[in-house]
Amino acid sequence: MSRTLPRHLAIAVVAGVILWFLSGALGQFNDLQLATMAYLFCGVAGLTVLTGLNGQISLGHGALMAVGAYTTAKVLGDSGTGPPLAVALALGTLAGALAGVLAGAAAARLRGPYLAGATLTLAVGLPALSQRFPHFLGADNGLSVAPSPPPLWLGETFPLERWQACIACLGALIVYLVLANLTRSRIGRSLRAVRDDEVAARLAGINVARTQVLAFVVSSACAGLAGGLLIVVTGVAAPGAFTLVLSVQLLTGAILGGLGSLFGAAMGAALIVLIPQWADDLSRGLNLSGGVQANLALAVYGLVLILLMPLAPQGLMGAVGRVTGFWKERSRGDEPRAESGEELRKEESVR
Amino acid sequence: MRYLPILGTVLALAVAACGSSGGGGSGSGSGSTGGKPTASAPGITATSVTVGGHFPLTGPAAPGYSEIPRAIQAYFQYVNDHGGIHGRKLKMIVRDDGYNPVNTVKVTKQLVLQDKIFAMLGGLGTPTHTKVVDYLNSSRVPDIFVSSGCLCWDDPQKHPYTFGWQPDYLVEGKVLGQYIAQHFKGKKVAYFLQSDDFGADGAKGLDMEIPKSQVVSRQTYDPTNVNIGPQMQKIQQSGAEVIASFSIPAFTALEILTDLKLNYKPQLVVSSVGSDPTTLGGLLKAFSKGKAPASLADGMITDGYLPSLGDTANPWTSLFKGIHDKYIAKLPWDGNVGYGLAMAYTFVDALAKAGTNPTRQSIVKTIESSNLRGPGLTPFRYSKDSHAGFTGVQIGVVKNGAVELQGQPMTTDDQSGAIQPFTGAAVSPPANGVPKA
Repeated sequence: MSRTLPRHLAIAVVAGVILWFLSGALGQFNDLQLATMAYLFCGVAGLTVLTGLNGQISLGHGALMAVGAYTTAKVLGDSGTGPPLAVALALGTLAGALAGVLAGAAAARLRGPYLAGATLTLAVGLPALSQRFPHFLGADNGLSVAPSPPPLWLGETFPLERWQACIACLGALIVYLVLANLTRSRIGRSLRAVRDDEVAARLAGINVARTQVLAFVVSSACAGLAGGLLIVVTGVAAPGAFTLVLSVQLLTGAILGGLGSLFGAAMGAALIVLIPQWADDLSRGLNLSGGVQANLALAVYGLVLILLMPLAPQGLMGAVGRVTGFWKERSRGDEPRAESGEELRKEESVR
Repeated sequence: MRYLPILGTVLALAVAACGSSGGGGSGSGSGSTGGKPTASAPGITATSVTVGGHFPLTGPAAPGYSEIPRAIQAYFQYVNDHGGIHGRKLKMIVRDDGYNPVNTVKVTKQLVLQDKIFAMLGGLGTPTHTKVVDYLNSSRVPDIFVSSGCLCWDDPQKHPYTFGWQPDYLVEGKVLGQYIAQHFKGKKVAYFLQSDDFGADGAKGLDMEIPKSQVVSRQTYDPTNVNIGPQMQKIQQSGAEVIASFSIPAFTALEILTDLKLNYKPQLVVSSVGSDPTTLGGLLKAFSKGKAPASLADGMITDGYLPSLGDTANPWTSLFKGIHDKYIAKLPWDGNVGYGLAMAYTFVDALAKAGTNPTRQSIVKTIESSNLRGPGLTPFRYSKDSHAGFTGVQIGVVKNGAVELQGQPMTTDDQSGAIQPFTGAAVSPPANGVPKA
């Protein structure tokens, strides 16, 4: 811990400074995209720890985001005049964590496809709860939250979208800091031990069930924060926003980036925002008729995902690791790789 | 990789789930008349006007609704081929929100910030558009003719830039309710409602006209759950002879098929939102894998606010059919296309009347003050104090895949006001089909 905390803190600060200037350089719409990536990063990062490091799969993270989003929206109130944003976001995170305790308690008893199935139920069932309490949760119409304007000390012309991007990026950096330290700590080692071999982990004195629940709770808290930040960025909590597609999107982000890697999660979150955008721009550029154009974007998105599976089976971080590893091997000869050794062991064990 | 097969399945699911199931200076003051066309507002140049809209082009709401923006584009193309408006070519940028409110927020900001549209035209859906109406108004972007019958668009104090389009669901409910009360006296009536404002507003209107004692069952459905068996069974057990439905087309089709399965033959009375015969016919075929004929929808009572698509003697219908056949012949000739064409005509009419150099303010003022009167069976309610769309509807019966209008159009307000027949004359389109200033 003594050396890792300052290191992660330094990375977070540098990333924060870069993001601050980036958000200023980008236009308003691109700031919105940046904010979207940031809140998706929170969800993807939580999932990548759960699936990549602890070996538990979740198809229900979209629903956990809904828990965070609805909680934050309820705390803020319609006009956004409730308690300060930070309090609302903290409560959203807490609500996500609580939902994670429940989901995790069930998850610790389930394996593989059964776990996938159980969490799938969550993704399908939970957003439908809003239909049961139409007056409290707004049914299909959901809840709207007026955006909180940037504070005046930033200047009167500070764009709202940049402010939203700043909040979302701050949330993402906090998630990074917490998860990066956690995964390098004793807890992180326990998570990996449980993933690799439950029996061996138990023999080593690790409480397997408790570790699995803990992983779920941490992951759900991240999803809860992601949902809260979604409220900050879009002002929308409605069932239509938390469909199964969102859950699958988060998993796609985690896999695209490379399971288990936080930098991978950042890349994955960026890609799930950018690929559909690029695909849409591309299909618009081709001047096709309306129906074909809308669907071509989805087809291109799907195609990119399919192509990435054989080309980068370990996700982008895996591909980067392979390329740099190959380059290092060539420059160093056959020396064992100190840094990427862990990466390699992980790959083998997951197989 | 223990989970590789699962992950593979999931990715395949992702692609499948995303897959579709269906086929442009700030404006203040009023626009000047006369003079040369200039770049008078954001989205308007000397040679072009760019508007935008969010529509579900993919996903479950896409079948049917995705035709609306293409019909608008087709009418714009028709106008451009006739020289444009004040020499400007019209352009409509359509962005897909998949009926997901989060995407609606994203694409709306994209339209305003990146595409720099002059106005939003026909943004579709209540759960979607309610999330951007504040943004559009605070950005002073005209939000013209929202494609939804929610009462919420009519709030000129809070949302001075937003205008509704279709008659709101309360008005539809009142007129349908009156018809039921008059033609099915004493018969048991059940409601089948979508579990949101659409259903609730519709039911409110029905309740104003149908005696309470006649209503024996009120069932709602959640548009994400296609199993409506339990609701229809309860309605059947209640002994209802008439079902009043505020449902989207997919659920009207499911209603018909479920009734068929239960061997239950009530008289269906369906709001115009969920009764387009062409759309229903397609859905019936799709849901039953080709077994159920489109004729199952025959006999259904509904309402309309635009000329019947089957009435080719109507000058509007023949104008629109000509445009359909020339520009979008591949799309079915259905209510969605008629809806888009009528909306596009009305927008172009307002744009032409807003002067040579329209501004965002002047288009709003034009819609409020110039008594627009397009293809609708009844006039609009637009004024300084009201931004609601059509004032009323006309009852119709589905026959041979088309709605046959009955009696005369009825108008009413969205309060407890009386329902009155509209006796004003219908107007004809200009000879070349393009509105003049």
